[in-house]
Amino acid sequence: MSTALEHPTYNYKVVRQFAIMTVVWGIVGMTLGVILASQLVWPQLNLGLPWTSFGRLRPLHTNAVIFAFGGSALFATSYYVVQRTCQTRLFSDKLAAFTFWGWQAVILSAVVSLPLGYTTTKEYAELEWPINILIAVVWISYAIVFLMTIKKRTTSHIYVANWFFAAFILTVAVLHIVNNAAIPVTPMYSTSIYAGAVDAMVQWWYGHNAVGFFLTAGFLGMMYYFVPKQAERPIYSYRLSIVHFWALIMIYMWAGPHHLHYTALPNWAQSLGMIMSIILLAPSWGGMINGMMTLSGAWHKLRTDPTLRFLVVALSFYGMSTFEGPMMAIKTVNALSHYTDWTIGHVHSGALGWVAMITIGSMYHLIPRLFGRTEMFSVNLIAVHFWLATIGTVLYIAAMWVNGIMQGLMWRAINADGTLMYTFVESVEASGPGYFVRLIGGLFWVVGMLIMAYNVYMTVKRREAIGSFSAPQAA
Amino acid sequence: MDTGTFRGLITLILIVAFIGIFIWAYSKRRKPDFDEAANLPFADEDDDKQPTRDKHASPKHEVDSRHDRGDKNT
Repeated sequence: MSTALEHPTYNYKVVRQFAIMTVVWGIVGMTLGVILASQLVWPQLNLGLPWTSFGRLRPLHTNAVIFAFGGSALFATSYYVVQRTCQTRLFSDKLAAFTFWGWQAVILSAVVSLPLGYTTTKEYAELEWPINILIAVVWISYAIVFLMTIKKRTTSHIYVANWFFAAFILTVAVLHIVNNAAIPVTPMYSTSIYAGAVDAMVQWWYGHNAVGFFLTAGFLGMMYYFVPKQAERPIYSYRLSIVHFWALIMIYMWAGPHHLHYTALPNWAQSLGMIMSIILLAPSWGGMINGMMTLSGAWHKLRTDPTLRFLVVALSFYGMSTFEGPMMAIKTVNALSHYTDWTIGHVHSGALGWVAMITIGSMYHLIPRLFGRTEMFSVNLIAVHFWLATIGTVLYIAAMWVNGIMQGLMWRAINADGTLMYTFVESVEASGPGYFVRLIGGLFWVVGMLIMAYNVYMTVKRREAIGSFSAPQAA
Repeated sequence: MDTGTFRGLITLILIVAFIGIFIWAYSKRRKPDFDEAANLPFADEDDDKQPTRDKHASPKHEVDSRHDRGDKNT
């Protein structure tokens, strides 16, 4: 890339790299999701090979969408926002470049090791110990770059988005290191230093806070910058943002046990997790309301601005899934929903509806600015992407609601003599149509991402054409 | 002090801390500072074809200028 259009103050190079990889990994991760959805409809697509079986590709899908797609988006936006709101260049260009190449190395090692069957068996923490050490090194470098950039800011305040990004970075460092504490046995096998119910509790303390800090606090940081920017008005209430920040990070920590209802975890811990999950509704909706109300007086912009539509619909899904989550954490509801597709639907209303939509909205704001333009190549294609993503999400979660509740009801149905009314395989068979609808929803998403990739490619290409054209004039 | 009392005290401290944050955030004294902070995303508008705003401009002025642009959109 030509350096003629480099920003005089800011390091946009690393932001551009992460932004492009966000789109690339989004396509890879979501395509894997579509393959897995197809395998559930047509099990022959396992191909009878260990490397392409559902059990090995599923962690690859989750790692790709959360850490490769979501992670790259968080790196890109946090590096961009911290520079723009602190009005200073990143602390160290070399260390920032290391976080980019280090993070891509982590992702590639996941792409290789997970299909080969190397796994710690901890959900969302499947990668084996040598990769975990690399993650820790990259992540601590990220924390140093981000926090030192805040330290050398030229503004007097630390904007609220940076508070959310900082909380996300620091907490994920602690979660990753504590949960992956393990004794290495061979170069690609380790055993957790925790045992039994404690291991399970540590895992879900990690797992739920990965949701709470990686997928919520980090993306709220994105929301607090890009929603005001795209709506062209400051956040509705800065005070509310402070109160909901502290409430959110104080309460999220305690909600993990709701993943372990009706297990060997002590009953009091389950009840505590349930109560804390219900309380969590308040700070979650504090953030949602703050984002939504930012649009008051600017709602008409939704008619013409599909990027803003992405951001606002993301907030709607955030509000919906943070209502659904506390409800599912109630033990009696959980008795119906646990281990069913309802959980998968809930995760995807958060992951597609909130995380992916707020990311895509932010990218459509960010990418043209990174490449010296004010708008994407085609605004109409953003609108097409918006509708594909929205319809895809609705198809996905509606199918999983129907499947989940049906499975829950079938599993608990008993005959008069106390025997089970349905065998497990009957509930699998009954889930077939729902799996097919889910596959269609996933296809909508992948097609939308491919349209985004084309739009991004054309935006970048036009910038380079302009760059080479204007260079002689400047000389 | 038994464990129950200790846990009760922790809960009390956290409630007091939360109420303290709430009162602090909503105190009138903080408003000018927060208004300035809320405008930070717009304090740096180099690629939006706008002159970089003087970051030492008074918060009141910042609020007004934001407001004006909002009205133009309606």
